[in-house]
Amino acid sequence: MKKLVILGAGTSGTMMANHMIKKLPKEEWEITIVDQYKTHYYQPGFLFLPFDLYKTKHVKKKGEKFIPKGVNYILDKIDKVLPKKNKVKLEHQTIDYDILIVATGTKIAPEETEGMKASEWHKSIFDFYTYEGAKALRNKLRDWKGGKMVVHITEMPIKCPVAPLEFAFLADSFFINKGIRDKVELVFVTPLGGAFTKPKATKALHYLLEDKGIKEVVDFNIEEVDSKKKKIISYDGKEVKYDLLVTVPTNLGDEMIERSGLGDDMNFVPTNKATLQSKKFENIFVIGDASNLPASKAGSVAHFEAEILEENLLRYIAGKKLKEKFDGHANCFIETGHGKALLIDFNYTHEPVEGSFPFPGLGPLKLLKETRMNHMGKLAFRWIYWNMLIKGTHIPFVSATMSEKGKHFDKKN
Amino acid sequence: MDGINRNEEGYLTDFSQWNKEVATNIAKECEIDLTDKHWEVIDYLQGKHKNEEALSIRGIKKSGVINIKEFYALFPGGPLKISTKIAGIPKPKSCI
Repeated sequence: MKKLVILGAGTSGTMMANHMIKKLPKEEWEITIVDQYKTHYYQPGFLFLPFDLYKTKHVKKKGEKFIPKGVNYILDKIDKVLPKKNKVKLEHQTIDYDILIVATGTKIAPEETEGMKASEWHKSIFDFYTYEGAKALRNKLRDWKGGKMVVHITEMPIKCPVAPLEFAFLADSFFINKGIRDKVELVFVTPLGGAFTKPKATKALHYLLEDKGIKEVVDFNIEEVDSKKKKIISYDGKEVKYDLLVTVPTNLGDEMIERSGLGDDMNFVPTNKATLQSKKFENIFVIGDASNLPASKAGSVAHFEAEILEENLLRYIAGKKLKEKFDGHANCFIETGHGKALLIDFNYTHEPVEGSFPFPGLGPLKLLKETRMNHMGKLAFRWIYWNMLIKGTHIPFVSATMSEKGKHFDKKN
Repeated sequence: MDGINRNEEGYLTDFSQWNKEVATNIAKECEIDLTDKHWEVIDYLQGKHKNEEALSIRGIKKSGVINIKEFYALFPGGPLKISTKIAGIPKPKSCI
């Protein structure tokens, strides 16, 4: 029996288990998936949890439910991969593999910034990238009376790079609905050159910040949090005061990657951006947030990667050349508050532009424009995630590589 | 700088057009006189870009080339934004 081992049973790992069980002959291949946690979280829902728009049951389910029959599901902590021996050392056993898929994702590391994860953590300093953080923030916001809320990105890359902006937009909407918007100052602090960084998106969307009265502080690279004086301080001595800090801490790949010697400076695995094969070992493949691809760390990217990785794994097994097919395709809904959302569709080489999706000229979804229909799409996506996406079902009319049809590209593009 | 293709923000759109003279001219626009240390940083950034590795402040910290305070001192204001422009490579971006 040959062995396919998948490390991580999050969005990417679960999808790959579902894809490969349908494709690999049972008499030849044994598929194993390993994760240390029992729970599968719908991570896009963490954005809604702080505003009481989603409840726990919407974002948290037992992982086991989504692992297909016939796949060996091991709940254990991964110590490290021994790539030269084709083995994975878990806390309680060691397993062999012929092919390894690394799908261990990324997680926040607030301890990387001085003063961030100290006595004020989850009291006046919050993350919303974990279930615990989002829930603690929900409890705080339920009776917060107002003040200066700073929404902050520590450094790039982060999972779902638009989530902090969405958070700021939803916060504006939340405080208006609560009748305390006039008592809240909203500030968006980013290490990049702006809240929007691509020319077309900046042009089309900067009005959102202006209309909502959200101030921008740009090129701010945080050195430390002074939680006593309630301010964040940058390397060049700039200071931003806050009453409530909602931060996206440094994102790192799993420590297991570091222990295995497989990662870069941030524990992300160097990976071929078109084939998804790791750069160091030909029988190790990487999917989702765990890779160092210059694509967005987002569920939609992992979904598109899964379709291409399935094909490449089958080619690898058959001894054929891998397809250099992944184009960095991402497709994301962006909440803008007040029941509206944007939709963006882009890849490694094309920035998000206006147009219609998925049917050229017809839509019904509009790209880079705020509409109610896009918001409905975002809400419907939760159902799609639990019932189609992680089960590896193809989503109709949405292809793994980006279509240029129906999009308003400049001619030189 | 005639014939050098740049985008609306002044970044080169074709890295093959980059040379030291182009870099010196862009640096001048940013009111920076390039020293040996600047060139060392530019070389590091271009290496990262060639290997398709993302640029980050953490990467700078671990690079062994420069520490972050020095990086700010060399390229005041927005060091990654400014240094990438001079190095002829794209600035770090988000999704939108």
